[in-house]
Amino acid sequence: MVVSMEKNRTQTNPVEVVNREDVVVRMAGDSGDGIQLIGTQMTNTTSVFGNDISTLPDYPAEIRAPAGTLAGVSGFQLHFGSHRLHTPGDRINALVVLNPAALKVNLPDLEPGCLLVVNEDAFTEIGLSKAAYDENPLEDGSLDGYRVFRVPMDVLTAEACKDTGLKARAVSRCKNFFALGLVYWLFDRSPDTTLRWMDKKFRANPAVAAANSASLKAGYNFGETKELINVRFEVAPAKIAPGQYRRVNGNEAAAFGLIAAAQRAGKPLFYGSYPITPASEILQELSKQKRFDVRTFQAEDEIAAITSAIGASFTGVLAATGTSGPGVALKSEGIGLAVITELPLVIINVQRAGPSTGLPTKTEQGDLFQALWGRNSEAPICVLAAATPSDCFKMTLEACRIAMEFMTPVMLLSDSYLSNGVEPWRIPDVESLPRFQIKHPKPGDRFEPYLRDEKLVRPWALPGTKGFQHRIGGLEKRDVTGDVCQEPENHEHMCRTRRRKIDNIAATIPSLEVNGDESGDLLVLGWGSTYGAITAAVDRCRERGLGVSSAHLRYLDPLPSNTGDVLGRFERVLVPEINLGQLTTYIRAKFLVDAVGFNKVQGKPFMVSEIEHEIEEMLDGRTS
Amino acid sequence: MSANPVSPELTPKIYASDQEPRWCPGCGNYSVLTQVKKVLAKLGSKRENTVFVSGIGCSSRFPYYLDTYGFHGIHGRAMNIATGVKLSNPDLSVWVITGDGDALSIGGNHLLHTIRRNVDLTILLFNNRIYGLTKGQYSPTSPFGQRTKSSPAGSVDFPLHPLSVAIGAEATFVARSLDVNVHHLEHVLERAARHKGTSFIEIYQNCSIFNDQAFYFARAKETKDDTTVYLEHDRPLVFAKGRKGIRLHRMDPEIVELGNGVKEDDLLFHNETQKEPSLAYLLSRMRYPEFPEPMGVFRCIERPTYDDLVIGQIEDAQEQGPGHLEDLFREGETWTVE
Ligand code: SF4
Repeated sequence: MVVSMEKNRTQTNPVEVVNREDVVVRMAGDSGDGIQLIGTQMTNTTSVFGNDISTLPDYPAEIRAPAGTLAGVSGFQLHFGSHRLHTPGDRINALVVLNPAALKVNLPDLEPGCLLVVNEDAFTEIGLSKAAYDENPLEDGSLDGYRVFRVPMDVLTAEACKDTGLKARAVSRCKNFFALGLVYWLFDRSPDTTLRWMDKKFRANPAVAAANSASLKAGYNFGETKELINVRFEVAPAKIAPGQYRRVNGNEAAAFGLIAAAQRAGKPLFYGSYPITPASEILQELSKQKRFDVRTFQAEDEIAAITSAIGASFTGVLAATGTSGPGVALKSEGIGLAVITELPLVIINVQRAGPSTGLPTKTEQGDLFQALWGRNSEAPICVLAAATPSDCFKMTLEACRIAMEFMTPVMLLSDSYLSNGVEPWRIPDVESLPRFQIKHPKPGDRFEPYLRDEKLVRPWALPGTKGFQHRIGGLEKRDVTGDVCQEPENHEHMCRTRRRKIDNIAATIPSLEVNGDESGDLLVLGWGSTYGAITAAVDRCRERGLGVSSAHLRYLDPLPSNTGDVLGRFERVLVPEINLGQLTTYIRAKFLVDAVGFNKVQGKPFMVSEIEHEIEEMLDGRTS
Repeated sequence: MSANPVSPELTPKIYASDQEPRWCPGCGNYSVLTQVKKVLAKLGSKRENTVFVSGIGCSSRFPYYLDTYGFHGIHGRAMNIATGVKLSNPDLSVWVITGDGDALSIGGNHLLHTIRRNVDLTILLFNNRIYGLTKGQYSPTSPFGQRTKSSPAGSVDFPLHPLSVAIGAEATFVARSLDVNVHHLEHVLERAARHKGTSFIEIYQNCSIFNDQAFYFARAKETKDDTTVYLEHDRPLVFAKGRKGIRLHRMDPEIVELGNGVKEDDLLFHNETQKEPSLAYLLSRMRYPEFPEPMGVFRCIERPTYDDLVIGQIEDAQEQGPGHLEDLFREGETWTVE
């Protein structure tokens, strides 16, 4: 049974209550401490409360780095507020750490005067030395600029659990919930949602359930009854459009998009994939959804993943594959095969940092060139990019639409930041989703494998259809008949035709919209996951009267038809990217505009303030 | 069973496409194409329900010459394309045409995994022990020491043996035949096509241009009786026109002369249905010139196919009816904003 904490509140502690429009809180500890779990719980609770949210989990690349070390620190950042949020937040307003290593790693991100809650039990000689601290930071004055609260979490958790019969080791695993309880108190959120979840989650193990809920309540009560912490935050619910909501991250949204597209096309979904960070979750999510006739194929490698999808597409189902940049490198010959055979295929690239294995769990936008041109010869495909976690749903639907409507591979670029980031998603009305009318030649129709329609699209004739037996493959084909053909003129004709077919997609996509004035001094142009940071920065600058607008590209090949026109209406164009200037180069080459790059490649997203600062520099204080 | 009477108009001819085969004169591929068409007719295969998928190499041109659905893939990946086809429409009969370079070198990984999954495909591996299309480099099945354009001093690669590999991956159907032994080839192809699961057939195929006579021992009239042994289920391994046989000595095969006290009953009896693949593996290790090379079906066992299992899970999941997007989107926690 769940006892509501709300009912027996006994406030004895006079606290300062700080009202804020939004707060950035980060919880951090060792990767074995269950930080992601409490992060998710805090996210649930705040979103159910009605705040807008944006989250950023940050976990080590190694599954089990040595406990207590800097490499083993796992963190979860939650930004919640009473207004629309675009990013997980630049600077941390409140940090809760379970060990010294977590303190050290996160210190650089704190705002001055940040609230700091530390588990003082972990600041032992061993703990400090694992975190490479010579002096105890709790005692050497180095934290003087922050409001530090020392809480003996290990001791208090053990005390709370003493009647549960759990062994000491198991009890020590409950301290994350003690910390979460304290966080709930700090932000005046009820622990009820989490208590209900625990009830269900640990039903099979009553002792663990009891210990976890005792720890959670102990953490909450500690704030409530002890005189120690004398500050609390209050953040009112946000004004959000009415409707039913759920939380979604970019990978879930992409998986939903694939399923929805297949359903709306009346087709089974085939998803061939090889596990790779940060894309594996799409495969996992899809493998659960068999009742939608989703056929997942965990292939032996990236190449098998894409070529199986090509076979599936030839057979007439909606076929997709998902991976990250290194996987796309392996798939590139396969993508070329789908280009020349002109088969619908969706390739989701959840980008990550670095060439080669790089920084597998960190984010980057380094694969734009790879998406546009990373194949041998002239092999144009359609390239899209999602702007936010929930936008992955919409753009995946778009990718599927274009692939089937134009008989072409489509690559959707997501990234680690979008795949991990969670935001509220207003659940769409299913009937409002597009319905895809897929045409397959029927017996009696005139059929030639490469006979094109007015959009230059060839027919999708399915094996099993009598009379339409045909052979396709990687060799150049004669247009119309599809026979193997080595003739020079035909090859050039086919290369140009494949390119023009991709260009024809532009007629079916929305034009590029401008946020702010339609023309002026400075346009900030972005693509992909920088949308949140760019929009927040530009909005803030505009509120301060700076003459700046922004535009965001979701379609990168073909570009929206009015792209050149929009760029031409501004004197200068600033392109922030998490790479060394790929969109900048592309835009300069395409439109001969003097676009200026603002680039960062640290495996981390932009902070709003970084872009804001860059805009200020460029405008040099000029107002509109 | 007369459920599927073969219609009289299904002759080998109707499976030919309008494209003229363009292999070199004397290439073993011609014979395989002819036998495949015969088998398709014999099985009553519908052209529209048949798909031939190939990789890259001389033999991989095969699909262009058949009036079925066909996919000429990229190097080494035919098995995956075929897997995608089969999983998407299990009613199709799916054949894979591959070679020693395609299946064992660049596509080696896929061969192992396709076989272990037991996808219902019929895989024809044309083994000519050379790279023909790229004009004569040694392949993963070329014998040690073979001089080719890329091994002028002799290859220092030890070869792979396709059947040992397939059996190692626990293929449910494994067989070998020879391009010129047309009746045997046809028979083996038919059995392979009828097998449910991955059927793997190694075909000794002569490349008359770059590796002529690689299989002289098995093809030539004067030698073949002594250098090959034809396997029959439940029958002793007898060759050399009944004069010799294979006997097991402890764990090893040995050649014995029949007569002089050695009877057929003393010989190794073939059992293609043995679940344990050790016997089949032992046969795959019998190689010319030490031994006569076995021809025929090494192994033929039943195991659920990958495609059946995948579709079975979907059917189970849909037992309570198909999924609804409305429910999918509402899995987990939701909340309503008024
Ligand atoms: S090169 Fe050899 S394998 Fe290729 S077609 Fe000619 S004879 Fe046949």
